[in-house]
Amino acid sequence: MVAAGTETLSLRSRRQPATRRRAPLRRRLLQTGGPYLLVLPSIVLIVAVLAYPIYKLFQLSFQTYKLPQLIHESHPALGKAPVSVGLANFRAVFKDSQFWAVLWRTVLFTAVNVGATMILGTLIAILLLRMSRIIRVSLSVVLVLVWATPQVVGITIWNWLFDQQFGVVNYTLTKLHVGHYIGHSWYTVSWQGFLVVTCVVVWGAIPFIAITMQAALTQVPDELIEAARVDGATGLQTFRRITFPILRPIIVILTSLSIIWDFQVFTQVYILRDNRPEPWYYLMSIYSFIESFKVHNFGLGAALSVITMLIMFIVSIFYIRQIVKIGEAK
Amino acid sequence: MTAGVVTPVGGRANRARKPMRSGGVTGRYSKATANGIGIIVLLAMLFPIYWAVATSFKRGVDMTKVTPEWFPIPGTLLHYRDAWHKLFFLSSLRNSAIIVSLTVAIASIVAFFAAVAVARTSFRGRRAYIVLIILVQMIPQTALIIPLFVMLSRLHLQNQLIGVTFTYLAFILPFCIWTLRGFVSNIPKDLEDAAMIDGCSRIGAFMRVTFPLIAPGLVATSIFAFIQAWNEFTFAYVIIQDNKKETATVWLASFITQEQIDWGGLMAGATMLSIPIVILFLLVQRHVATGLTAGAVKG
Repeated sequence: MVAAGTETLSLRSRRQPATRRRAPLRRRLLQTGGPYLLVLPSIVLIVAVLAYPIYKLFQLSFQTYKLPQLIHESHPALGKAPVSVGLANFRAVFKDSQFWAVLWRTVLFTAVNVGATMILGTLIAILLLRMSRIIRVSLSVVLVLVWATPQVVGITIWNWLFDQQFGVVNYTLTKLHVGHYIGHSWYTVSWQGFLVVTCVVVWGAIPFIAITMQAALTQVPDELIEAARVDGATGLQTFRRITFPILRPIIVILTSLSIIWDFQVFTQVYILRDNRPEPWYYLMSIYSFIESFKVHNFGLGAALSVITMLIMFIVSIFYIRQIVKIGEAK
Repeated sequence: MTAGVVTPVGGRANRARKPMRSGGVTGRYSKATANGIGIIVLLAMLFPIYWAVATSFKRGVDMTKVTPEWFPIPGTLLHYRDAWHKLFFLSSLRNSAIIVSLTVAIASIVAFFAAVAVARTSFRGRRAYIVLIILVQMIPQTALIIPLFVMLSRLHLQNQLIGVTFTYLAFILPFCIWTLRGFVSNIPKDLEDAAMIDGCSRIGAFMRVTFPLIAPGLVATSIFAFIQAWNEFTFAYVIIQDNKKETATVWLASFITQEQIDWGGLMAGATMLSIPIVILFLLVQRHVATGLTAGAVKG
């Protein structure tokens, strides 16, 4: 923080002579000092809030850190000081067959949810541009309503819809002769429970994708599309050769963000399972949370979080490279 | 329910492509199709919310029937009265308003500067900066709860609204920067160059030509920051212990944590908490919808 402050100062003092000698120096300063000034506040904020917690997380993952160590933190006379154990936590995790089951479940869950969200969101965005004004505005309002719904509330609404006794879903499915669903509990079978979770996640995520995609679609210049049409391109060709390349950056960004978000899904499962998820509902984040706060093995929980972070990084490295490339092309 | 969402949209894809190939009468036909599917999507997306609002007006007897009452008639305002008079409701609204306005104001300014730098200039470390922004979004937030709490207590920012605000900023900023960067770089630099040829300075050209075009993006980003900050639950729940300082979502959660869920009260509270966001959107919706950019590039 101190170093950052000094940098600001020196940049400011260098800036003053620029106003006297106009063009070349000023332009040079804008190109060298300006960007740093613009970027600085965001770096200061992010680093100030996140640097220490992340450092602490990594530190925990290399330690034996259980209840005695937590007590030691506030009452140094009691408990035990944390001991560094090297990679022991990670070794324990990789030997655990439950870890691999949880990992596979999380990957599958992420794939299904990201796929559904992106496809439905994009289709709705395209649809929005083709419908009459009144319906478009109404649908936009509905999308924002859904988007604005606090996650905690969204979870509770779906819990209410799928309620075992009075749930409207059970009633409707029975009336439609899909089967006998009166009194059906959606959480006894794992995939059915995850179906409810997927409803919550996808329903909540569609508005953001649809609204952003629609905003992006309106930025595709009409005359490019018209020109393509004049040149005899079919709708599909126009989409593939013009619309998609223009939209690609935003699709890449939205997909990678969706992966990042869905891989970390926590609250939905946790609340739907009444704060006590069964082992077959464990996703990576829940597994880590349970290990930390229920089993009180904070070291192992931190190791799981670190592994999650590394997986996210490996998955996203392709995207990051592309995003950096996109940024450089401009 | 899910089937209801999936089928109409999935079916749409095949039908909608055809009319794109030809204009005229088929174009009008495709609009009708889009309208039809649009209404189905609208109903499917809206139903959970409708059901929540309807529940909030239902009498207790009507809520627990095996054959559901589709409309809250005869209704009751009892749940709203209960929710409104529940302890700390008004103070939690005020706390949320403070945190949200600070977060939105700071995030939009800071993100705007950063987005311009990333989209419009090249500087050493730019690539590292972009990677930093992306990495921050990959951090599992649940993992940081305990270390973050420890840090805030050491700085005496725990149990403070400002502590929550800073936490939100750190997590919201990367996304705001990213989104805005997209909007900025989508505006052709040629527009600025043209203005500079006409005698504008670089900054003048940016402020007069590019900035007005970024406005919709800025609005969209601010709305995003607003919604995120207004709806966040976990950090607010952990950082704030004092009931008088709790935020609206934490207040709302007190309904859920009860032994027997008070569905009516919960849905009434939820409806009331969504109202500010809905009003906000209605105020700015025009700016988001008009697609200023497309018009400007054309003209």
